[in-house]
Amino acid sequence: MTTASKEICKKLADKLGVVLDFREEAGDPWALIPAERWKQACLTARDEPELSFNFLRSLCGVDRPDDGVIEVVAHLFSYQHRHALVIHTNTDRSASRLESVSSVWPAAIWHERETFDLFGVDFTGNPDLRRILLPEDWVGHPLLKDYEEPDSYRGIPTTRPGYEKKKFGPQLKKPAPKKPAPKVEKKPEGGEAPKGTAGSAEQK
Amino acid sequence: MTEVLQSTPDREELILNMGPHHPSTHGVLRFIVHTDGEIMRKAVPDVGYLHRGLEKIAELQTYPGYMPFTDRINYLEVMFTNMAYATAVEKLLGTEVPPRAEVLRVLVCELNRIASHQITLGCITMDLGAFTPFVHLLRERERINDLMEALCGNRLTFNYMRIGGVSQDVPDEWLKQLEAFLDHFEPVIDEFDSLISYNEILIKRMGEVAVICAEDAVGFGLVGPNLRASGVDWDVRRDLPYGAYPQMDFQVPVGMGEKGTVGDCFDRFIIRVEEMRQSCKILRQCLANLPEGDIKAKVPKMPRPPKGEVYSCVEGARGELGVYLISDGTPKPYRLKWRTGSFAGLSIIEHISRGLMIADLVAVIATLDVIAPEMDR
Repeated sequence: MTTASKEICKKLADKLGVVLDFREEAGDPWALIPAERWKQACLTARDEPELSFNFLRSLCGVDRPDDGVIEVVAHLFSYQHRHALVIHTNTDRSASRLESVSSVWPAAIWHERETFDLFGVDFTGNPDLRRILLPEDWVGHPLLKDYEEPDSYRGIPTTRPGYEKKKFGPQLKKPAPKKPAPKVEKKPEGGEAPKGTAGSAEQK
Repeated sequence: MTEVLQSTPDREELILNMGPHHPSTHGVLRFIVHTDGEIMRKAVPDVGYLHRGLEKIAELQTYPGYMPFTDRINYLEVMFTNMAYATAVEKLLGTEVPPRAEVLRVLVCELNRIASHQITLGCITMDLGAFTPFVHLLRERERINDLMEALCGNRLTFNYMRIGGVSQDVPDEWLKQLEAFLDHFEPVIDEFDSLISYNEILIKRMGEVAVICAEDAVGFGLVGPNLRASGVDWDVRRDLPYGAYPQMDFQVPVGMGEKGTVGDCFDRFIIRVEEMRQSCKILRQCLANLPEGDIKAKVPKMPRPPKGEVYSCVEGARGELGVYLISDGTPKPYRLKWRTGSFAGLSIIEHISRGLMIADLVAVIATLDVIAPEMDR
């Protein structure tokens, strides 16, 4: 599997005329494509008879805040040669932008919409780049590691009164130490003081 | 036809809203239908009503802790989602699953495939106006639900598989019950064929309707029965074998254009009937060759897969069901992505709906076997 992937990767690099960064860790190996050659690499992967990757299995994003990038990952497969390839590319996290491959595989239209929705990557050239899973007026891109859920959506609170807001994102790597005993005591106070209106409405 | 599809001042376009609560949308799913009389210019799917953030949740759970969440990806394909996730983690960990567990996995998966196809076929006929076949098939599925309940305590959200194997061994009594079910169910498929499959009304509603050519099917990433109906002979179980499938002997039905053109609604329907037969065949082989031994490999309680990424796929009832998993060496996944058949199935509807009758949209949705929770995740 690994040697086969390496050969495929080498063929792709030869056709593109660049040296590709080939990574091998546990699991599947993958190749890093420079962002400016992304669409060209995809076109080559599809059209070159030795490669002929006609099936786009999946296209998704991966947030890497430590490196300041959002990776876009495509899983390609060829029904003809029965081989697979994983390609990554890095986009700048502050202004994430990438050329769309929707003209290469029509399946990419929806996959890119999903990546735009959940990561905020702007795919230039996608004919229908709208939010897909979340409402159109939603704020933020939830699969980013530093995402914080808004307190409310259209006036509807996202947390039930009396419940603590769940922490997402970077806080998770080092969860705050649990304080079970004082939490129980604080509960009636917390319910009254900050959420006065909600609490009183319930009591009525 | 082309005249109808062009928007001119005297031919105005009427926009209809279908869903989100429509009996034939199978879950909460909406279509914005641009029509001219009875003909659609296009039907634009609007999805996301069932988005539960299951990919984000994965980043908050430990590896074994996410297993019950995989049940909620698709309520009809639970064993497959379990297995896709379990195999992905096993690949990263390098775990060898014991042979008995592998055969048990195939056994429950094929049982699940029959149950899923029963619902699909029943829904297709119901959406096309025949209510009785749906009830017949639901009655048969009830027996599978009972078997599953006896095996793992749940009727729908099985949570049967574990990283490294399965959670419970099967009792001998259960295997006898399964055999009795197969003896009963195989003739039912023939009966279904003679009563319903070749019914003149169904053929008229499905033959030659919404033909998807092989090129489109591959380009839009259709998988499983939808892809095979378009004439592409591909099955993950046979072509990229995993688990105990290399030991199994079965045929892969491919669309023949029996009542029209290859890739029409009827092909997508009849392939699922044939797949139920093949699943029964695999189940009989599992029963005959169930090896003895452990049902679960030794896996640490809090597995920490090494740094890396993996894509693992299984052939679900709706085709290739993939999990893309990235580990950063901690007990929680760094990123998890589901690649589901319904997502691709729905994305092609806007493309093929052009020029279809409004009533045929129901047949298209039903035969593409689109399940909303699987798509929205």
